[in-house]
Parts: sequence; structure tokens; C-alpha cells
Amino acid sequence: MTEHDPLDALIRGYHVPAGVADEMIGADGKVRPVWRPFLQKFAKLSAEDIARRFGRGDRYLRDAGVFYRQYREEGSTERDWPLSHVPVLLHDSEWARISAGLRQRADLLERVVSDLYGPGDLVRSGMLPTELVAGNPAWLRPMVGINPPSGHFLNFVAFELGRNPDGSWFVLGDRTEAPSGAGFALENRVATMRAFSDPFPHGTIHRLAHFFREFRDEMQGADGHPDSRAAILTAGLGTETYFEHAYIARYLGLMLLEGEDLVVEDGRTMVRTVAGNKPISVLWRRMDAAFADPLELNDKSRIGTPGLVNSIRSGHVSMVNSLGTGVLQTRAFLAFLPRIARELLGEPLELPNIATWWCGSAQERATVEAQYERMTISDAMGQDLPFDVSDDTIIAGRFPDGRYADVSERLDALRGALVGQEAVSLSTTPVYEEGRLVPRPVMLRVFAARTAHGWSIMPGGYARIGPSGDATALALRRGGSVADVWIVSDRNVPTDRPTTVERQFQRATPSLLPSRAADNLYWMGRYVERAEGQIRLVRSYHMRLAETGADDLRVTRIAKYLRRTGITLEDPVPGDILENLRHAIRCAAKVRDRFSIDGWIALRSLEAEIAGQRAPVPGDEAARAMSHMLRGTAGFGGLVHDNMYRFVGWRFLSLGRALERAQAMTWVLADFAAPTAPEGSFDIAIEVGDSVMTHRRRYLIETNRSTVIDLLALDHRNPRSVRYQVSAIRQLVSELPGAEVNGELSELARAILRVETKLAVADPKRLDTDRLVSTARSLGRVSDLLTQTYLT
Amino acid sequence: MIYDIRLSITYNYAAPSMQARNILRVLPLNRAGEQRCLTGEISFEPRPQERADWTDFFGNGVTEIGFQQPLTNLTVHLSARVERIARAPQLDLSPSRPRLAAELAGLQGIDADSPHHFLTPSPRVAFDAAITDFVGGILLEGSTVLAAVRDVGRALHEGMRFDAGATDVNTPPAESFRNRHGVCQDFSHVMIAGLRAHGIPAGYVSGFLRTEPPKGKPRLEGADAMHAWVRVWCGAELGWVEYDPTNDLMVGADHVAVAVGRDYSDVAPVKGAVRSSGGQKSRHAVDMVPLPG
Repeated sequence: MTEHDPLDALIRGYHVPAGVADEMIGADGKVRPVWRPFLQKFAKLSAEDIARRFGRGDRYLRDAGVFYRQYREEGSTERDWPLSHVPVLLHDSEWARISAGLRQRADLLERVVSDLYGPGDLVRSGMLPTELVAGNPAWLRPMVGINPPSGHFLNFVAFELGRNPDGSWFVLGDRTEAPSGAGFALENRVATMRAFSDPFPHGTIHRLAHFFREFRDEMQGADGHPDSRAAILTAGLGTETYFEHAYIARYLGLMLLEGEDLVVEDGRTMVRTVAGNKPISVLWRRMDAAFADPLELNDKSRIGTPGLVNSIRSGHVSMVNSLGTGVLQTRAFLAFLPRIARELLGEPLELPNIATWWCGSAQERATVEAQYERMTISDAMGQDLPFDVSDDTIIAGRFPDGRYADVSERLDALRGALVGQEAVSLSTTPVYEEGRLVPRPVMLRVFAARTAHGWSIMPGGYARIGPSGDATALALRRGGSVADVWIVSDRNVPTDRPTTVERQFQRATPSLLPSRAADNLYWMGRYVERAEGQIRLVRSYHMRLAETGADDLRVTRIAKYLRRTGITLEDPVPGDILENLRHAIRCAAKVRDRFSIDGWIALRSLEAEIAGQRAPVPGDEAARAMSHMLRGTAGFGGLVHDNMYRFVGWRFLSLGRALERAQAMTWVLADFAAPTAPEGSFDIAIEVGDSVMTHRRRYLIETNRSTVIDLLALDHRNPRSVRYQVSAIRQLVSELPGAEVNGELSELARAILRVETKLAVADPKRLDTDRLVSTARSLGRVSDLLTQTYLT
Repeated sequence: MIYDIRLSITYNYAAPSMQARNILRVLPLNRAGEQRCLTGEISFEPRPQERADWTDFFGNGVTEIGFQQPLTNLTVHLSARVERIARAPQLDLSPSRPRLAAELAGLQGIDADSPHHFLTPSPRVAFDAAITDFVGGILLEGSTVLAAVRDVGRALHEGMRFDAGATDVNTPPAESFRNRHGVCQDFSHVMIAGLRAHGIPAGYVSGFLRTEPPKGKPRLEGADAMHAWVRVWCGAELGWVEYDPTNDLMVGADHVAVAVGRDYSDVAPVKGAVRSSGGQKSRHAVDMVPLPG
């Protein structure tokens, strides 16, 4: 290596903290061979090129809507996804050793949990203290004695790994309840690949896709039985990781369900869809078990499905993972797993776990008391990872707020409710900061899925990186960043292996549309259209205002109409518009798995634009601002119309828009086309109906009541007319499941056909205000029927 | 003594409830040497489309019912004949509390009868410093666990006022204790919280109480609806002992047990999930009369 070697320059200032291992620099002080090809390319990039590449990755994440998001009562908060663009690289020979250790550990955990819900020998023989199970809120008594229908309690688990100063790996915690992060790992991979596209070599990096597809096929059952349906069960929008649930659902083509989407009938778990209740056989659970069934588990749960436990008991539905597997996350169990491994498996753990002492035994308690300065003392029943400290965690003799703790007194008082854990340090990995690489502590979350061939380990992971050079595991609690993990081979790896199911061409059976998802799509359509209608009316108001001033009869008439619909014009952009748009976004958020990313971006940027703009001056400027917003809603409409596949979900979205538009136009006509309306009102109707040009071309005369009614109520070629939308609704309804009942039209289909027929044969002169009002009411009934039939 | 027991619980829903599903624990237990459920039948009006019966972790009989049609009201009927054998008065063979702790430490197992299930906070019974201190002030150094149970029970009975309108099924023990009032559920939860906090395993029993007392004895509180009391593990020798803090007495032949658990959430007579926009009203009626002769 010469002075001018760019790689040498890149790592010259990289100082690994004393006493810890580093991912990039080996024990010999040299760059680990697996990093070399990557670093050699990286070293040659200019600072601008690096910034451009990282920006590309960040843009991908923003566009995909990857945020740290938390929904609360008051609304949602979002932070940019903290991707550290430099991946963590590991050689696949090292990975093979880690994988073997994790397979052994996953098997051990399966043995432990099947005993805790079965014979109970581990406790009886003293290998696990009774109180750690009997007093454990995560041990779910209703599940005792139930054998999981799939034959296994654990199907998808994760492990938190760190590297010791001597270079060996160890486990900081097991995630067996409903581990998150696999979807984020996929997103990190895509974003990181965007940053390190050409000339970086990719062929030697193990892909992630196969791991996921194999697991999906396993869940769906390779036999292809039509009733074998798998879905993801999410705790809903309220959870931090909801985005990930939606992402994986979309990625794997699985339904995303909430507890209320499910209903138990005769012991079978059914999903409530627009085509009726359909059985489901596997649920990939992404909610805490205690909330899954308010009848047998936490009776305060509002997100569960009544009767689900009994459905599992009768063998009709499998949970991935079984309800109650969260008990394995109990911190104190780590003190006993090494011995249980030797007893049950007849061999030691290949990957040790973090040293843990349970203070319920006198000997271990004494160890903790003597060595507390090198330990963290915390809740024995805790489920958190070692670095997730709570207010009463004692770290080296102090509480997190700095107060000294009387360790002996606390141990006397709480005994078996406490564990001591070694204050471990982690290895460091390079992070790019201010133009150079700096070492930061790293921990890996690694995922294991059960397949027909045993445990499959995802070749990669989700790396969490500490915010400072402090390499103790505790440093990770103060934020930091995340990174992709590359498992690198010496030679090119196969690009992708088809899974068993994919080997034959197979067109998936049309996926089911849960009623709740349909309801959200329907209302998304309605809210967007409602906002658009309001924008048009408000624009008309400001146009007239600019032309004639505030005293003009037509201006006051529009203002009065808007007031009646609840819109005040004190702000040039009424808050109602933004409000409706936000309702639409909330609906969209609940169907992220079924809604196009572009449509989502269109809604979000429109919201951001409206929320961020300064208030325009009433009149011309406000009218122009409205026109600009209309281009935004038009963009959304175009995406829906031109880009969305005509799944059943699209029909509900379109039905929402069509019904809203038809109803709104009917009310506008009932008012502005009333025979008593002041002069110029007809023009307003034409303007709101976006049909000024059409009117001019189609009628040789000035606007009069008949031309307005003809063009905006009865014309079947004008997409702004009531008739056009009603025909669209009739067509959409005829394509819904159950549109015909025993060969006859359904009640809903008959109702909309009646409205259409009346409009088709109506004479413009005789379609007076009363008839328009009655049409609007009929459309309201159509909406009610639709809701009753499909959406509840 | 043989009793005929009748229970009816009626629910009226303000708006029709869709896909109602309930689980019930109302059938009297079989307990060797103490209680035999000779006949027992649960029926419903209207008839549910689905019904499943099983036994839960603690050995209680459970019935799950489901309705696919909208429901505006539901009546649950229980009709049972139960033989109740009073335990002969026993010597206090219970250990002191330190001895109890040692016995507990030697007991390994998570079977349903293990006292270890009844030592820690449970869904409806959180520890409360005020209750812990109150009970701490009553426990005497060196007294037996059984004596402690009686002392604590008497103190609660004297310190808390029976008030059928002051609390509801969701009132936490800390609150009913702070206000010193409640019904059998509150008395039991408070006593359980206090005993557990001092290392004495304590559980919850739901059941029936003889409606009309034997001649010359007062009518007991709690006879108009399902009743609740406490069971306490008094060491390996004496085993489980039951005590009724609402009436300050050891449980005898006037009590018929239906279900045991850690607290009310394990034994609630009816748990339901209704999809209904409105509220619901319920009415209970209980009748427990000894067979003549």
C-alpha cells in the first residue's frame, strides 16, 4: 500500500476504540478481506458522488413512505428513516457459523416453549424456577395443553447479536413474540443498493428475496389447497411498525388483516370480505398475543377477535408464532438457557448468550451484589433487550437519572424479580460522517423462518448502530441509525432460486378484499372527491369575487351555499378542504398494502402543499391557488384511473368517487339551477361542473336552465354529469361479487338501476328542484345499501 | 346438604348486537370430598347457533356460545343440583409465614394446583402500597398463616363498608380500599392483594350463597347475585382454605363454588364481545335453596 492508495487514505483516520472488535478492521489491524472490494470502489468516489448516491437511497425511502412513524390520538409524528448508508459486511463462511448457532438456538427455544405449554417438566425438574413461569404475564394459561395445529410453536423468530472483543458472536436477546424488522431490512437493502449501484460488485452478495418467498410458500401450504389462506394479522395503524406490516403484506401478496376483519364461526376463523366470510388457515401474527382474543386473553383488548383461542384449540387456524411464545423473551430465561441446552440437547450453546444472573437464587444474587459495577440490574420478567433500560434499571450501581442505588437493599426487597446482566460491549462498524468513516457500535437483528427443510436464516439482517463511539450495548438506547447487512461470498451467488410453488407457472387466485379495506378505499374515494368539489366551489367564489366584488349577488350566493355545507370563507383556503384530504390520507394509511405508492405520494404531497402554503389574497390569487390544487387532485384521479389494476378494491375506490361526485352535483344543481336562482347562477353551475367550454360548443344559445340541466344532470357523455356518474356506478355495482342473487339483481343493483333509468328518460324541463333533491336522496340510499352489503 | 340452584342473567342491548360471542363460567365445580355437582344444565334464550364446552386451566367448566344473527337480548339460565359436604372443623396446622416461604420455595411445578400462580399481581389485582401497609400492620410476627387470614379478613370486614352501588366490576382494589367500600368482588380483591404482597398465595372464588339462611341466622350479603370469596394456601399440610371477607366467615356448607382463579378476570360468570353501538343492561337473579329432608 502506498501513500497515495485511496483506500489507505480512507481508513487512515479510522481509529477502533480500545478493547473492542471492529467489523471492517480485523484483529491484525488490517482491513478484513471481505470489505476490500467494496472499500476500494468507495475510496475512489468523490464527496459529491457519495452525497448524490446517498441522496438516491434516501429519496427511495422517502418515496416509499419509510419513516419512523408513530400514530397517537393527536395525530402522527414522523422522522426520517435513519439509514446509515455504509452496509455491514460479513463473509459467508462466518455467516454459516452464526447460522448454525441460531438454528440450534431456535430448536432449543421450540423445545422450551413446547414444554411450558405441555408437560411442564423443565419447571418440575428445577431447570426453570417456578416463579419465572407461574408469575409471568407472558405465559398464557388458556394456551396450556393446546398443541399448535402446524405442529410447531415457533415459525418466525429473530435474534439480537453482538460481537465480543475476542471476535466471537453472542446473543443479546431472543425475539419470539412477533419480531419486527424483516421488512425494514428489505427496505434498507433496496435503498443501500440504490446508493451503491455500479461500479460496485453485487454478484457476490446473498439475496434476501428467496428467504421471504420460501417462508410465504410454507405458510400458504405447498399443496395449494384452495382453503389454505395465509394473512398477516396486524395490531393496526396505532403500532410503530404498521408500515412494515403493510410493506411485507404487499411484498409477499398476503392479506393484511386486523382483529375486526376476522370472525369465528363454528370454530373456524373467517375473514369478512366483500364476497362474504371466507376461511383463513394461517395468521402471521404481528400483534402481542395477549390482545388477540378478548374472551380468553386480555378482556380489555379492543383489537382482538372474540373466539380466536377456541378456533386455535379446535385446530382450524395456525398462528405464526403460536400465542404465548412471547414468554421466551423473558430476560431471566437467559440465565437458564445454557444449562437447559446441555440437558435437553446434550450439547452446549454454539452461540453463548449475554451472561445473566437471576437474583432469586442465593448464589447468583451474591454474584450480582459483588460485581454490580460491571452489570445492569433490571426486571427479571422484562421483555426488553438489554439496552432498553427503564427508570429503575441500575447500571453499574446507578439509576439512569444518575442517582446512586442501594444495590443490597434493592436485592433484598425484590430478590427473584431482578436479574443482573453483564455490561457488554459491542463491535464497531464504519459510519460515514462528515466526509470520513468513523467507528460506531453495532448490533445485528437476524431472522429465522421455519421451512420444510428446517430453520432458514435470512442471509443478511437489520443492523442497529449507536450514535457515538461508546461501544457499550447501552449506547444503542440513545437513537442512532440502521444499516443493511451484506453477506458476501467469494464467488457470484445464484441470482435467485425459484421456490417450489413458482416452479410451475401459477396465477394466484384473486385475493380476497376484506370489508374493512373496501370501506377505507370507498371513503378514500369519497373524501378526495369531496375535497375536489369544495376546491371547485371555493375557486368559483374567488373568481367571481375578483370580477365583481363581494357585494355581487352571485358571490353571496356561493358563500351561502358553502356555509350551508359547513365551509366558512374566512380563510382563503378553508380548513375543511385540508381536513377532508387528511381523512382520505387516514383511509389510505389503513390500506397501504393495497394502494399504489404513487397514489400515496400524490395525496401526501397535495396535503403538504396545502398545509405549507401561505394564505393567498382573496380573489384572483386565491382562485389561482385553487386551480393549482385541482391539478393535484386531477393527478391523483389520473393515477387511480390509468394505473390501478382493476381489482375489486379499485371498484370501491371508484364507487366512492362516483357517488360523491354524483351527489354533490345533484345538490349544486338543486341550488344553482333552481328556477328562482339569481341571474348568473347557471354560469356558476357550469363553472363548478368544469363544463364552460363544452356548453359553448354544445349549445348555440346562452346558458338557461334547460341547457344546464341537460349538460350537468342528463348528458351521458359528460363525466361531470350526474347521469354519467350514475351509469358508472351501475356498471361498477354489476361487477361486484353478489351483484346477482339467484339470477336476479341484488337490492343494491336494482336501486342504482332505478336512479339511472329515471335520469335516462327525464326531460330537462321537468327535472325540477324537488326531483333533484329526491335523486340526491336516492343516491344516499344507494350508499347506505352499499355499506350494508359490502362494507360492514 | 343438597341444594337446588337457579341462576338467570338477562342482557338487553340498546342496539342489536352483531356476531355476539360469550363465554360463561356458571356451572358449579366438582371438588373431591366437598362438593358434587349432581346435575347441571345451562340453557339460553334465544338459542345460540354455536356452543362449545370445555375445562379451563384451573379446572373450571367453560361454555362458549356464538350467534350469527343480530341479538337484542340474551338470557342465560342455569339449573343445578349440588351436594355440599362441610369440612369437619380442623386444627390450625398451617405454618408461620417464614415456614410458608420455605415450603413454597421447595414446590416446583406449574400445574393448576400450584400456589405459585397466586403470588404475583394478576390482571385485576395490582399491588397497592396502602393495602400492603394496612395488611402489614395486622400480621403478627410468629402467627400462623391461617390466623393471619382470619385477622386480615376481620380487619377488612370491619374497615370496609358493604355498598352495592359504590363500585362496579371494573373498580380496581386500590380504589375500593381507598374509599373503604364495595361488594364481594372488591372485598375479595383487596384481601388477595394484601395477602399476596406479604407472600401468602391467595386466589379468587366465584359461587353461590344460600339464599335464605338457616333458622336463627342472619341473611348474608351477596345472596341475591353470584357471590365471591377468597382462597388461601395455608401450607402443604392444611392446603387451600376458603374465607368470605364480605361476611367475615370461613367458607362452609352455605357456599357453593363455581370457579376458581387468580382474580375476577379468570372466573367472570359471563364474558362477552358484542358488536353493538349502544350500551347494554343486565339483570341477575339467583336462587339457592336446600332440599327439604
